[in-house]
Amino acid sequence: MNAQNLNAPSAYFMAEVVEQVESHTLSVLVDNEPGVLARVIGLFSGRGYNIDSLTVSETEHEKHLSRITIVTTGTPMVIEQIHHQLERLVPVHRVTNLTVEARRRSFEKPLERELALIKVAGVGEKRLEALRLADAFRATVIDATAEHFVFEITGRTNKVEQFIAILKPLGLVEVSRSGVAALQRGPEGI
Amino acid sequence: MKREMTGAEMVLQALKDQGVKHVFGYPGGAVLPIYDEIIQQDDIQHVLVRHEQGAGHAAEGYARSTGKPGVVLVTSGPGATNMVTALTDALLDSIPLVCITGQVPTHLIGSDAFQECDTVGITRPCTKHNWLVKRIEDLPRILHEAFYVATSGRPGPVVVDVPKDIQFATGIYEPPTNIAHKSYRPKIKGDIEPIRHAVELLSRAKKPIFYTGGGVINSGPAAAQLLRELVQLTGAPITSTLMGLGAYPASGDNWLGMLGMHGTYEANMAMHDCDVMICIGARFDDRITGRIDAFSPKSFKVHIDIDPSSINKTVKVDIPIVGDVAHVLEDMVRLWRTGGHKLDAPALKSWWETIDRWRGRNSLAYRPSEDIIMPQYAIQRLYEATKGRKTFVSTEVGQHQMWAAQFFGFEAPNHWLTSGGLGTMGYGLPAAIGAQVAHPDALCIDIAGDASILMNIQEMSTAVQFGLPVKVFILNNQYMGMVRQWQQLLHGNRLSHSYMDSLPDFVKLAEAFGGHGIVVDKPADLDDAIQEMIDTPKPVIFDCRVANLANCFPMIPSGKAHNEMLLPDEANDETVANAIDAAGKALV
Ligand SMILES: Cc1ncc(C[n+]2csc(CCOP(=O)(O)OP(=O)(O)O)c2C)c(N)n1
Ligand SMILES: [Mg+2]
Repeated sequence: MNAQNLNAPSAYFMAEVVEQVESHTLSVLVDNEPGVLARVIGLFSGRGYNIDSLTVSETEHEKHLSRITIVTTGTPMVIEQIHHQLERLVPVHRVTNLTVEARRRSFEKPLERELALIKVAGVGEKRLEALRLADAFRATVIDATAEHFVFEITGRTNKVEQFIAILKPLGLVEVSRSGVAALQRGPEGI
Repeated sequence: MKREMTGAEMVLQALKDQGVKHVFGYPGGAVLPIYDEIIQQDDIQHVLVRHEQGAGHAAEGYARSTGKPGVVLVTSGPGATNMVTALTDALLDSIPLVCITGQVPTHLIGSDAFQECDTVGITRPCTKHNWLVKRIEDLPRILHEAFYVATSGRPGPVVVDVPKDIQFATGIYEPPTNIAHKSYRPKIKGDIEPIRHAVELLSRAKKPIFYTGGGVINSGPAAAQLLRELVQLTGAPITSTLMGLGAYPASGDNWLGMLGMHGTYEANMAMHDCDVMICIGARFDDRITGRIDAFSPKSFKVHIDIDPSSINKTVKVDIPIVGDVAHVLEDMVRLWRTGGHKLDAPALKSWWETIDRWRGRNSLAYRPSEDIIMPQYAIQRLYEATKGRKTFVSTEVGQHQMWAAQFFGFEAPNHWLTSGGLGTMGYGLPAAIGAQVAHPDALCIDIAGDASILMNIQEMSTAVQFGLPVKVFILNNQYMGMVRQWQQLLHGNRLSHSYMDSLPDFVKLAEAFGGHGIVVDKPADLDDAIQEMIDTPKPVIFDCRVANLANCFPMIPSGKAHNEMLLPDEANDETVANAIDAAGKALV
């Protein structure tokens, strides 16, 4: 046996720590058929990939195509794997890595928006403060009584996060979020 | 031809239109309409197995030995769940299977009906794709699509789940068409630029190596032919994974033997030291690479694979080429010829001299014995006795599998059937049965272990019923030898539950099934007994009593690199006990 190698650390997975983890947004065009979402989610859980956000809806009714938008994190090598593994699924028509595409066109990120519905309950000064903040964040009131508001806010994930964090001490009751919808900038489609 | 028929008729018609001649299956309530069609026709022969897992592996053996998809028919619930191991096995080894499962009628789905299970849910992660047929109008299209998906691109298993009411329903049958699939269109032809680049790299290489795998076999006989041509043109050494054995002949001049955990010293050292590696239809599995950060550190790597997800999965390569092996090799051979490429003859000569020095270590050596049969010797004698015959060899999983790979020489693709990715004990006997169904006149041998063979021994009954004279050659060491070897390596030789006290009398067992039994424990009797086995025109179980405690070497211990092999002449008890360090112990 080769003596100088005997003391080297021993694991298959060492290469992984060398690369930085990044967040990427993938757009996946699929047949809108039963089980297709289960295939995508099963792929992520089965292979140990992360899902930070996932949205899905039929986007081309006449062709029965849905668009799934997935925000995931991983090393560049893992992200490339996710991309190819998704392409391997039979009902998948196309996978586009919007983050890579945006960078290729010298943008920091693709267009990404999230919608959140946020319920706040309270009276007096806190209630007024919540309303003032909603105004500043361009959130709209879509339901209200004397004791509560429901705000609707649309924006980048970090704006939504920030708004929710600020509302926390002001009587935050519950939140429902859509997850990220994303498109590429410019005139072309994916 | 378009015409009205029932769903069950459609299944048979679609199988015929897809060129299917044999189906492996087992009946039950949810597939009775299809079985009723089977008995009313003669074009397709049904082979009745004794356990659905057996049907799955038989279909795998059939597929692997013919290049055609294997077809399985099983009932709902337990029939489907019994198929899960075989489906997973086929998925990991890229074997095309079409499995049709019966399902409870559509109106009962979701009600926990008798023998209902969520077949598409259960088999989703162990198939390439699967379908639940909910309308009779979809059935013909899905059946044809199933064959397309199973056999194109990287092959794999598919499941079509057909509820019983759909089997009874009538609709219009549509024959297969040539219309392109709406989403699944694997890339067959490789891009020419990287191929050109690879050829140039190869022509400048001083220490090249071909590392080939099951993808060459899957690509078809032309791929193996082109591979041989390219190897000859370039003069480079070639090694292969377990799954790729036979693509390049074991008797070929440039053959280094198998690589990986139990590969030869010369193959692994050449992989470690090469400057250009051409990986063809292999996937850098952990059994091949050993420690990944020390894997072939100085080489430029070219990877040819039809599945883009296999590229850069564990090992980063310099030149990825996505395409079918035969198509890419055809381009490589042509470019080599027309480009007027010459070899760096002096460099190659010195590379081969180095390789010959490694060869000189004789890494497959074992201590011969006149009193006990050494397992390696048994395989060597079996190989000698079968030379010149059309022989298909399957295996179970364990030491005997590795010895078979090391000592049985394969000259042609599709003649070696083994469970590589999943390592499924119980694979070999049904796989040999599948090969025998496809090649009635060939010699089909399952090289087995005493433990593995009991996992699907019931298929002896299938072999006898269908007149399939398969030979089960058991290297009987009374241990789960491979488990025992790992316990010796990793766990202080505490042999927890790897010894079997009460193995059956295999001769009587063979006779009980209606086959022939042979037992041998003296090296001197071996050749005659093997001849008797070959000459017996019915299924045989050959109980070959071998040295109980032999270890399978050479070996790359878990977590070690290619150049840290444990060689047989160095493997005394102490080295074996200390070969794997703490971190390596956590690996499989
Ligand atoms: C279905 C299944 N269960 C467990 C294992 C783990 N395993 C790998 S090899 C082996 C022992 C095989 O013993 P035997 O068939 O006698 O072969 P030998 O190693 O002795 O040649 C076991 C239990 C496996 N590979 N497959
Ligand atoms: Mg054994």
